[in-house]
Amino acid sequence: MTKPKSFRVVGKPVAKKDAPALALGAPLFCADRVPPRCLVGRILGSPHAHARIRAIDISAAEKLPGVHAVLCHTNVPRVMRTTAGQGAPEPSPYDFTTFDAKVRFVGDRVAAVAAETAAIAEEALRAIRVEYEVLEPVLDPRQAMKSGAPVIHDEPDAHAVIPVPYEPQRNLASHVDTMVGEPDRAFREADIVLEGEFVTPYAQHTPIETHCCLAEPLLDGRLRLTTSTQVPFHARRIVAQALELPVSRIHVVKPRIGGGFGAKQEVLIEDVAALLAQRSGRPVYLELSRREEFVSSRTRHSMVVGLKIGAQKNGELAAVDLRVLSNTGAYGSHALTVSCNCGSKVLPLYRWPHIRFTADAVYTNLPVAGAYRGYGATQAAFAMESLMDELARRLGCDPIELRLRHAIRKGETSPIFRALGEGSEGVEQSIGSTGLERCLKLGARAIGWKKKWGNARWHAPQGALRRGIGMCALMQGSSIPQVDMGGAFLKLNEDGSFNLLVGATDLGTGSDTVLAQVAAEVLGVNVEQIVVTSSDTDLTPFDVGAYASSTTYLSGMAVRKAAENAAAQIRKVAARLLSAKASEIRLENGSAVAPGGKSVTLARVACHSLYEHDQHQIAGFASHISEKSPPPFSAHFAEVVVDTETGLVKVEKYVAAVDCGTAINPQLAEGQTEGAVLNGISYALCEEYLFTEQGRMRNDSFREYKIFCTRDVPQLTTILVPTYEPTGPFGAKSVSEIGINGPMPAISNAIFDAVGVRLRQAPFTPERVLEALRRG
Amino acid sequence: MQIHVEVNGRTQTFEAMPGESLLSLLRREGYLSVKRGCEEGDCGACTILLDGRSVRACLLLAAQAEGRRITTVEGLGSIERPHPLQQAFVDAGAVQCGFCTPGMILSAKALLDETPRPDEGQVREALDGNLCRCTGYKKIIEAVLLAAQRMKP
Repeated sequence: MTKPKSFRVVGKPVAKKDAPALALGAPLFCADRVPPRCLVGRILGSPHAHARIRAIDISAAEKLPGVHAVLCHTNVPRVMRTTAGQGAPEPSPYDFTTFDAKVRFVGDRVAAVAAETAAIAEEALRAIRVEYEVLEPVLDPRQAMKSGAPVIHDEPDAHAVIPVPYEPQRNLASHVDTMVGEPDRAFREADIVLEGEFVTPYAQHTPIETHCCLAEPLLDGRLRLTTSTQVPFHARRIVAQALELPVSRIHVVKPRIGGGFGAKQEVLIEDVAALLAQRSGRPVYLELSRREEFVSSRTRHSMVVGLKIGAQKNGELAAVDLRVLSNTGAYGSHALTVSCNCGSKVLPLYRWPHIRFTADAVYTNLPVAGAYRGYGATQAAFAMESLMDELARRLGCDPIELRLRHAIRKGETSPIFRALGEGSEGVEQSIGSTGLERCLKLGARAIGWKKKWGNARWHAPQGALRRGIGMCALMQGSSIPQVDMGGAFLKLNEDGSFNLLVGATDLGTGSDTVLAQVAAEVLGVNVEQIVVTSSDTDLTPFDVGAYASSTTYLSGMAVRKAAENAAAQIRKVAARLLSAKASEIRLENGSAVAPGGKSVTLARVACHSLYEHDQHQIAGFASHISEKSPPPFSAHFAEVVVDTETGLVKVEKYVAAVDCGTAINPQLAEGQTEGAVLNGISYALCEEYLFTEQGRMRNDSFREYKIFCTRDVPQLTTILVPTYEPTGPFGAKSVSEIGINGPMPAISNAIFDAVGVRLRQAPFTPERVLEALRRG
Repeated sequence: MQIHVEVNGRTQTFEAMPGESLLSLLRREGYLSVKRGCEEGDCGACTILLDGRSVRACLLLAAQAEGRRITTVEGLGSIERPHPLQQAFVDAGAVQCGFCTPGMILSAKALLDETPRPDEGQVREALDGNLCRCTGYKKIIEAVLLAAQRMKP
């Protein structure tokens, strides 16, 4: 679509629609909607990392007064499926059932109860007798595929539902490989070959609201689930699958939710809440404790990323070889697709003539990995951007110049786009917009790169303190091409307002507001005139949900198309009222305006069509899928101080310049970037699961698993670099994920600049920095 | 047991269960702005003002509130007349998911009641016990400074 000369509502920092009510503390979350006399759900977790349940006796629990339902593998049907909230058929293996006779990590589900109070529910859990046959666990992903390793998924019914490599007998949850050109020959002929192994930790999203779900049996025999989810429609489908019910019997409502970041792209507890409500015939509220959230919800795939790059002395790139070993934990949720993303969101950034990419995701008896903002790109970008920094130093050139020289440009394509999809071939695309060059230039200016890079005076030691500066370049995607779908419905009311119904899911990102801005721009009204209802499976059209950086780009286009459809109907009615041609009528300031300036309000148009003549409801409806996944681009810059005595790394300044196409709402786009960047800095410096030798998480509270607080925040600058993506609504691309990928490599590069050592294992804790300094 | 407290300016008598936390009691009595994020005193989502001081309701027994004055976000403003802090959070873009917002606003209010013109460092210190995973805190800190500026006499 062509670029309009100017926007009225798009590009403006319109206040987030739900912000006033949220600032008042209005009861808008799941936990606030629990009805009186609602039962309390609780889950019994496994104490063992790997064990078979020899016997389970729930009779004592069932007899306790106030207990209304007890579930375990002996009384719940076995339906193999995945918890990953993805499109159907899912690319994640069917290796999970609601309750199994085997447990595969500490915290894995054994049983669940619903009782009148939390105290009774907890007493009921204690009354459940379980006899375990403890099995040897697999705790090291490097050992998981060795012959003789214990088999975690030895059940015969675990299977993949799409044709992809899946070998549970080798603990292999997914495998991907692809090759372009002749990388072996290219490496032999390269002047410079650099290699490294980069290790990223188990880490978690930690939304401040844990997973929670209210399940209510309705009088007509249906079940209503009010749940904190990013994927209401996938939740409906997967709960229906688990309970062996048609989707028509399930109603999923997403209220306001307290953060997701990918953790809630998982249909994690809705099945249990629904079953407890079904069995008891009573409303049941199930909420994970913070410890359960850490141990039993989802994490970022911990990875060992091996990377080799080759180049010539003149700076030409020769070849790249990216080898990923991903630890998916006890279940293969998102195992394949996160692995694919390591290649597909990192390799196309530079114009590599020869490429090899292989990725294995392995099962271990550790907490389950899943979708987490960045989705594999985070881990692989750490490796790539660290080695590109090394290459620049080897070539004696400025690392910004190296990126500028080799980054993919507008109109160009990468063989990776076609080679790597989500378990199948990808989709060929050429770059329709890129602002990376400007991101690099504006970011460098903001951090003062020219004054600091290579300047010995600026680097002069102050006691034990050393200063350093580092940078990286990034890309992500916007939706999954030819897979993701969003629908939108819009109707005109008597006062000239509109109801916008979308399946798209606002998890605090502000997508309800962004989508209202898109509709308002088309319809020539203020954003207040658009009343948004979202994420209700009974009321709104389908949408895959909030993941893969898709909502603004994909659902936004559905809204634009629906609004254009409604606008055409408005013009037709207005043409009659104004005695003008429909094609010449413009919609602006809440009116339909004819060429001579004569106008009629949308309220008048609505009343005319609803009550007076040729009566009909003016309403627009549209669906959208994308043929492309246009990458947003970004450049990040970090300035650090390293204390060589304590090993403490302090990020003093951080600059993120991002090209997200047109920022439909700049304030919200900045907020997405700031949140992602700070989460990324926290991940780079301090976030890491620690395990006992038996595979139990040792630091399962915020006291022991540190996330950044206000005092830790560096001076943070966000620069939005506008471009115009022709396939996005009003030129928009995505912004939500890309920002989290930068801090790990940018900080690692800055640490090298400060003290001359490469940190290839994150997080960069004082212990690791001191150890690296000792090794030199 | 009976607990007598003043909540948001109104004298109330509540029936508390033995061993019940103040967080649980307040939520049961309908003060749903007080959020449950960890129940271990680490996240700050259940921050309230107790006699004007910011405290975590999950760490207090309901009985410890006997005879004291409690403020929750419900007591600060209304949709027609929001408190300047509430308005500043909206204007600065400091509300993303909104789950940490009530606790943040109350920690900020405790600060501004004591220190009407704080510098950025003081704001950071006052909010340090309130976790947020959405915003990166930048716009939250800006919102508190904006409110302070607007509230100046």
